Amino acid sequence: MNDPDLLTTPSQTVGPFFHIGLDSIAINDLVPGGATDKAIVIAGRVLDGDGQPVIDALVEIWQANERGKYRHPEDTQEKPLQVNFRGYGRIATDANGAFRFRTIKPGRVPGPNGTQQAPHLAINVFMRGLLKHLVTRIYFSDETSNRDDNLLNQVMASRRHTLIAKKTSARDNELEWNIILQGENETVFFDC
Amino acid sequence: MTDPIGYKRAKPGTQPDYLYPDYASSRKRAPTQALVMLRHTLTEVTGPIFGEGDVAESDHDLTHQHDGDPVGERIIVTGRVQDENNRPVPNTLIELWQANAAGRYRHARDMHDAPLDANFTGFGRALTNADGQYRFVTIKPGAYPWRNHHNAWRPAHIHFSLFGPAFATRLVTQMYFPGDPLLPFDPIFNSTADTRARNRLISSFDWETTTPEHALGYRFDMVLRGREVTPMEDSK
Repeated sequence: MNDPDLLTTPSQTVGPFFHIGLDSIAINDLVPGGATDKAIVIAGRVLDGDGQPVIDALVEIWQANERGKYRHPEDTQEKPLQVNFRGYGRIATDANGAFRFRTIKPGRVPGPNGTQQAPHLAINVFMRGLLKHLVTRIYFSDETSNRDDNLLNQVMASRRHTLIAKKTSARDNELEWNIILQGENETVFFDC
Repeated sequence: MTDPIGYKRAKPGTQPDYLYPDYASSRKRAPTQALVMLRHTLTEVTGPIFGEGDVAESDHDLTHQHDGDPVGERIIVTGRVQDENNRPVPNTLIELWQANAAGRYRHARDMHDAPLDANFTGFGRALTNADGQYRFVTIKPGAYPWRNHHNAWRPAHIHFSLFGPAFATRLVTQMYFPGDPLLPFDPIFNSTADTRARNRLISSFDWETTTPEHALGYRFDMVLRGREVTPMEDSK
């Protein structure tokens, strides 16, 4: 039987000094050895309600490999794991509120009711001022499968662009994606 | 694959809202638009797994990371990590950070005029064992002032970061000490409306953990989200 007293422990903010505890696992390069030709860079900034850069934010990434397989026992798909690929990243923003990481574009993974999800990264955002972390996702602008993604289709069409990393630089493998906490282009966050 | 079983949603009031105006920093950082409901998929029921290779045995003792002993009251912090369905959460990574006994963090942006301690970093980590138990040896952190409101002081606290088995079970929280007179005035502690849930954040003094001539013991059990439906094979 479930004990009704077992309420989940409330979340509390990471505060401004989380680097002391969380810098020892700082991963801004998720690319497995031997896959460097497929590497992409995703870079952006975290901006607050005044449009000011958030210099004390932490971005965490969770993603499948290029075949759409998670390194986790509950992923029972018959797809290969990639050597040296955990699919986890963690980056603190710098003095300009910027973050930047290298990874590979994941494959599609199963979604609800037998559908396939469009390629995406799951993102957690932590910072002083956030009593609990924010959850969002990064999708890719060159994906036609975005049209059929169950979750994207739940998002108001006018806000969907906030979830999509876009090519903005001359470099082919570089994408921009920002986290806007409030205002006109406020990023879509999920009740996860 | 069939659709995975999701994790339970928090009961109203048992987790803080994003906007809590008494906590000034939340005003410009909390989202203003409604969150979009995310039905858990394979993405959310999986998550990063850390193991022995990520943690050294000595990482759990914050009092033995330098040549000398840190100043302050030595304490043992121990407890069990379990989920809402009363199952232990084994082999999960716990990362911990805190101020020193004087209430000062070893951080370039901490401007509090209190001394640093050359023998104290304030960082530890450990994996829970097969029963979900963990144990740290550290120093009782000091209270410190902050600029949230006039004469604002944070109660003594230790930050905890946990992963649990899935992306959806991620938790960062803070542990407080019993009887701290600052608790009723702290907006971060009070941001959780439900009293029972809020009080989960306060550790308890524990004679069983207290070791003679060495250290006082505090017990801090943590509860991560549980699965929506209890799988049959586990309900023995």
